[in-house]
Amino acid sequence: MIELAVGIFNGIGIGSVLLIAALGLAIVFGLMGVINLAHGELMMLGAYATFVVQNVFRDLDAGDGVFGLYIIVALPVAFLVSAIAGLILERGVIRFLYGRPLETLLATWGVSLILRQLVRSVNWLLTIAILLFCALFFGGMWLLRRRPNWEGMKGWAIAILLPLSLAIAGVAGWAMTGNAALARPWFGPRNLDVRTPPWLRGGFELGAYRLPYSRMFIIVLTILCLVGIYWFFNRSDWGLRIRSVTQNRNMSACLGIPTGTVDALTFALGSGLAGIAGCAITLLGSVGPNVGQNYIVDTFMVVVVGGVGNIFGAIIAALTIGVSTYLLGSGALARVFEDINSLQFVAEFLRFFTSTSMARVMVFALIIAFLQVKPSGIFPQKGRTAEL
Amino acid sequence: MNKGLGRRKFLWYGSAAFGTSLILKACADPNSPTTAGAGANGDTIKVGILHSLSGTMAISETTVVEAEQLAIQEINANGGVNGKQLEVIVEDGASDWPTFAEKAEKLIDQDGVAVVFGCWTSASRQAVKDVFETRDHMLWYPVQYEGQECSKNIFYTGAAPNQQIEPAVQWLLDNKGDEFFLVGSDYVFPRTANTIIKEQLAAEGGTVVGEDYIPLGSTEVTPIIARIQQALPDGGVIFNTLNGDSNVAFFTQMQGAGMDPERYPVMSVSVAEEEVQQIGVDLLVGHYAAWNYFQTVETPENETWVEAFKAEYGQDRVTNDPMESAYLMVYLWKQAVEQAGDAYDLEAVRAAAIGQSFQAPQGLVTMNENHHISQMVRIGQVRDDGLFDIVWATDDRVDPEPWNQYVPETQGYGCDWSDPNKGGRFRLDEA
Repeated sequence: MIELAVGIFNGIGIGSVLLIAALGLAIVFGLMGVINLAHGELMMLGAYATFVVQNVFRDLDAGDGVFGLYIIVALPVAFLVSAIAGLILERGVIRFLYGRPLETLLATWGVSLILRQLVRSVNWLLTIAILLFCALFFGGMWLLRRRPNWEGMKGWAIAILLPLSLAIAGVAGWAMTGNAALARPWFGPRNLDVRTPPWLRGGFELGAYRLPYSRMFIIVLTILCLVGIYWFFNRSDWGLRIRSVTQNRNMSACLGIPTGTVDALTFALGSGLAGIAGCAITLLGSVGPNVGQNYIVDTFMVVVVGGVGNIFGAIIAALTIGVSTYLLGSGALARVFEDINSLQFVAEFLRFFTSTSMARVMVFALIIAFLQVKPSGIFPQKGRTAEL
Repeated sequence: MNKGLGRRKFLWYGSAAFGTSLILKACADPNSPTTAGAGANGDTIKVGILHSLSGTMAISETTVVEAEQLAIQEINANGGVNGKQLEVIVEDGASDWPTFAEKAEKLIDQDGVAVVFGCWTSASRQAVKDVFETRDHMLWYPVQYEGQECSKNIFYTGAAPNQQIEPAVQWLLDNKGDEFFLVGSDYVFPRTANTIIKEQLAAEGGTVVGEDYIPLGSTEVTPIIARIQQALPDGGVIFNTLNGDSNVAFFTQMQGAGMDPERYPVMSVSVAEEEVQQIGVDLLVGHYAAWNYFQTVETPENETWVEAFKAEYGQDRVTNDPMESAYLMVYLWKQAVEQAGDAYDLEAVRAAAIGQSFQAPQGLVTMNENHHISQMVRIGQVRDDGLFDIVWATDDRVDPEPWNQYVPETQGYGCDWSDPNKGGRFRLDEA
């Protein structure tokens, strides 16, 4: 009995990690039709934000346990950091590519590469150079935009301003390379260690087993996120606007809804959720430039199996994948069949897949088989509208 | 369909991008090694360093590059090799095996280096092995590995399995119990290592109660934890060949599940001082690792080296086994070149390398006929400051056995490059 409870807990534990990672993706994918391959890197930004907050709290801590509270601050900070990054991504890249899924795919993949390299090599030098470039280029563009013949000279302006400001920023950066303090990377390529707060380190004793508090925290966090999203989409004004734009963009625009703002907001919300997921996964592993890559495939699996644009589908899919990964990988399923004499061959077959690697293979095979039967997931989208 | 970019626009953006790239190129780091003037020009010896400076493996391999650079700096400061300064060409394998092969070709064919120091993963070593063998060139490889290989063109200064894994298993059997659970990342090293461990346990009277692999980089280890608790309800030995990020997840969740080092001692063979810092000291305190070198080894050479390393790269840095192997191999190569007389006469350098001894930070090491070194084996326990207490060490140096003597297919085989009749794989009893 206890074993069963532990098994269910573990399965839900794996599922909730998948779900919290996939939530933001499901929203962006479902409501906007944008395949965001940089989702994992937005999670990574959230994880790094958590790392920074943790360091601040470690310095603040004077032995009075303040350190343990960092996670409460880290969650909104991670949300904001990723949401802002998402906002820049949407305004800077994605809004030009709506309705062109292939281009979006490539562009977001490029962004994910850039973000990964950025956290590896970011230092004060790079920050200063980037800020300088932005000030020169966007400042220059802003000044020139006031001129009456702007449309005519736009091409020229970009062709001259872009290399010029790049060169100035590059030279300025190069001139400062001698300064070791400025040139030291903030994070570097190394994986960094985020310490779990002391109050999340133990576990709930259950017979011979212990259910880790950190897993429970992730499960609770996932539930809170779900409730929050539900409330936002169904009870708030902006949620209503988002849903209406998703259903009929032109009609919504006619009725005075700022569709551009709605797009940006939706994308920022999805990205912010990625940030929260990033914060949550620091409880499981370390923070590194590749942390997002470990989750991106799984999150897409959840979204695809669940059915595009359906949060409820994502919940079911994440829990199903989580529980089946656990049952196969831990050998629990094989043990069930072992007790039944006539089904020994099934137990033998399952025992072959009793290993985390092989369980993954099996789960992927099952997903492929499932998608043959229901190509659009558990809850297929009806018509053009996305439902919640 | 909309043409999108017009031709004029394209020309504009194209020329802008081209111009920028030219400017950026002009601004590029003046310290970066150039490839101009390839070939031996008489007063310098070109040496190549080939490691991943980007990608997954960069975390580990950059530290090895630092150790190699330090040795080369020291050698240059002391007058070089045979009166010639060493000129380093660093190439980035980018954690990508085809890139490794490509860069190895470039170092040999274009740059004309006398030797290459490089590689970390077995996959990268195997990728460049062909390159070095077809060109009859020379690679020095610094990381412990799974053995079952003996190339004429590679010198191995990390541990062979009988210099790390086998003594560790024996020590666990003697001190920690005979029920083993094997956990590893899913690739060649853990699988080969676990094959060896299983054969050894079968021969020495231990049992394997479970074995599990997770994909490289995966952080979902819940099923493994559950399987360990199932297989070893009262505790037992865990032999860990996980690499990289998965270690963090594994140790975090072990702690969360209440599996302490007293009941579930973990022996790791890929976790050294550097990794302890990254995984988190408080997760690892009390667990074990087997290496040939720890920063806490007490020799005068080690004291000097650690000091020199910290002075160069920062007081908060730590040294570890692969770094030490990388450091000592540059010196072994230097001695071989000095004996051979000419760094570019690879046949002579290869012959001279065999039998070279060096007083390394870990103690005296000697290059054997099989291109591996004799070295001490140590077992350390992680302590509060992230360094290791050395709890056990071999009485004497262990001679390397590239072909494993527990695995049936390679039992009774040896390797000897000093004798043309024997070569890379010969039967010991026929010799």
